[in-house]
Amino acid sequence: MKRIALILCLLGSPSMAVQPDEVLDDPALEARAREISQELRCLVCRNESIDESNAELARDLRILVRERMSAGDSDAEVIDFVTARYGEFVLLRPRATGANIILWIAGPVMLIGAIGIATATLRRRGSNDENSLSHSEEARLRELTRE
Amino acid sequence: MIVELGHFALILALTVAVVQSFVPLVGAQRGWRAWMAVGDPAATAQFLLIGLSFAALTWAFVTSDFSLRVVTLNSHTAKPMIYKVTGVWGNHEGSMLLWVLILALFGASAAWFGGNLPAGLRARVLSVQGMIGVAFLLFILLTSNPFDRLATPPFEGEDLNPLLQDPGLAFHPPFLYLGYVGLSMSFSFAVAALIEGRVDAAWGRWVRPWTLAAWLFLTVGIALGSWWAYYELGWGGFWFWDPVENASFMPWLIAAALLHSAIVVEKREALKSWTILLAILAFGFSLIGTFIVRSGVLTSVHAFANDPERGVFILMILGFFVGGALMLFAARASVMEAKGVFGLVSREGALIANNILLAVACFVVFVGTIWPLVAELFFDRKLSVGPPFFDAAFTPFMVALAVILPVGSALPWKRGKLGRVMRRLWGVLAVSVALGALVWSMQSGRSALAPVGFALGSWLILGALIDLAQRTGRGELLERARRLRGLPRADWGKAVSHAGLGVTFVGIAAMTAWTVEDIRVVRPGEMFEVAGYTITLDAVREDVRGPNYLTTFAEVSVFDGERRVASLAPEKRVYPAAGMPTTEAAIDNGIFRDLYVVIGDAQEGGGFAIRTYVKPFANWIWAGAIVMALGGILSLSDRRYRVAAGARRAPASALPAE
Repeated sequence: MKRIALILCLLGSPSMAVQPDEVLDDPALEARAREISQELRCLVCRNESIDESNAELARDLRILVRERMSAGDSDAEVIDFVTARYGEFVLLRPRATGANIILWIAGPVMLIGAIGIATATLRRRGSNDENSLSHSEEARLRELTRE
Repeated sequence: MIVELGHFALILALTVAVVQSFVPLVGAQRGWRAWMAVGDPAATAQFLLIGLSFAALTWAFVTSDFSLRVVTLNSHTAKPMIYKVTGVWGNHEGSMLLWVLILALFGASAAWFGGNLPAGLRARVLSVQGMIGVAFLLFILLTSNPFDRLATPPFEGEDLNPLLQDPGLAFHPPFLYLGYVGLSMSFSFAVAALIEGRVDAAWGRWVRPWTLAAWLFLTVGIALGSWWAYYELGWGGFWFWDPVENASFMPWLIAAALLHSAIVVEKREALKSWTILLAILAFGFSLIGTFIVRSGVLTSVHAFANDPERGVFILMILGFFVGGALMLFAARASVMEAKGVFGLVSREGALIANNILLAVACFVVFVGTIWPLVAELFFDRKLSVGPPFFDAAFTPFMVALAVILPVGSALPWKRGKLGRVMRRLWGVLAVSVALGALVWSMQSGRSALAPVGFALGSWLILGALIDLAQRTGRGELLERARRLRGLPRADWGKAVSHAGLGVTFVGIAAMTAWTVEDIRVVRPGEMFEVAGYTITLDAVREDVRGPNYLTTFAEVSVFDGERRVASLAPEKRVYPAAGMPTTEAAIDNGIFRDLYVVIGDAQEGGGFAIRTYVKPFANWIWAGAIVMALGGILSLSDRRYRVAAGARRAPASALPAE
């Protein structure tokens, strides 16, 4: 099964994804459908969105997305519908729920941490430097300035 | 016979590498000159032996020796000669052989061109390089031997994956490996310095050219890969945030950071331990990349021969080198006390900001890449992390980087005043914001992407020009122009690379925001319009014979008003040996737009699916990368690296290891 899936995708990847007969007549709706398609993963493929993939399943999903949209669903409703059917594996933009929060905040948290460490280190080093004269050096300095 | 010689040479290379790993190192620790001197001939011998082995494998591919398993699986007698040669590294085993060949080449280069290095440092560097060689030669011989024979050789091979039968394969992997493996030099220098317990300005000056070379090869390799994907995959994407792409992008980001922090070590003797850490991480990420690509733990569009056993082996290599280096780092980092003191607003401060942004950006890519694995192992969630996540999480760091770059690169060392620097840059800032506003008002959509991209791009490019101009000082224009020619190459390199980044920013923003796509069924003889161009499908020729494929190609003419701007011939090929179709997009390249036409399947009821894209500024993406690499070459050619490279400070300041 896995092998078949692989072959399907290999057949698919170099060829065209969205077929002319899938395109909706309403350009605004079609543009929305394309955007949603880029957020959904082709389940049998290696790492492609349904917008890029030429696998049969991706085509079915693209048509499904367009059907739901034509029926009046909002973008969020369409994505919820697909997720309810296929699980969160289908989402290329992982939802920021549960453990996924770690994923989403990893960058900002590390940035703040890095800036904090860098400034603290620099401050410390800077203050060290200002008092870096040893006692004998300070004594010598006093001697010199007195002259 | 030739194949056996190649196999034997590879085994011999392993033994030489073992000698290279230990003898010079022991010699350096004990101060035995003769033992230290073993490093040079050993590195040369290792390179020659692996070269011989690689030549033997190439010979087997060229003569279609199907008694070799890799040749059978990846070649075919009808394959054009160029793909027989490039097919050597179009598979796992052969590409690993290329990997170690390049590794040995770098080691040998250190022996050949490292004449100005102190004998101890050179011996240690060569030893570490030898150890990496041992690890990967063992990996090849034990898990991925390209010289494995088949008991019953077939008459014909199974052919190379048709997607790989492209000139892109000739250049993309070698450049990428030159980059990946080049970072092993920075790593070896870092470990050698840790063993010596000494990092000074001279060390910074020695390690920088190697890092620069690795970085520029990676830049070219990634750009080539991206361009290849653009024209080969048939829908004109240039970056997919695929795990394997990320695997090459992470070392690139860290190498870029390392490049900048090594400047601080060289000029100001600060940031030493951080630079060492970056050098370890850079090669660490290139090993992680190798692991991701070869183990198959993450699903990727880059189908490679995946094998868990190989994954475990690479994980062990990764653990040994990165773990060992980090332990050494923990033990020795305190020895490397920083000397230079500087304020927050200074060139050093700006370079630290650069390092933070690049390292965090790399971290984001790393977390995103391995998150599906982590989520499945620890949280029992099967999920995907795709382009929408990376676009959202990664881009802000690059925007921040671009915003501070022109300011930071104009700041003086030690302590600077923001106001003073900005006085020179207000003009550039005003022009860039105005350009952004102009773009905003001209475009039809509401996306801020293109205006921001153009503003940042112009800020970077003009900022680089101003930087060059102010380096010439005051005086008459003619005199300043003369001084411009006399500027050090490294200054030129800096300006050119930064401008190249700006060019890439413009390309990515414009192409992403403004691509126009058209999909329709067209019968031969019909015409249609896309983004102001009139396109006619003149004819479709089916089942035309190529060297090792059948092709269906269309003749398409593109008109701008009455003027014919391009004749294009998009193809759809079938490779019977591999039983696989490929799409060959036809692209009319231009400075301000690409016309990109793809032919799809014949439709029921006549006609063909035709997909047309107009992609504005597409070539700026790769042109920018090439400009960045050119900047790297300029900087590499700076005479300071050759003339003064041996000038280490007085040994009195050195801290002995023992």
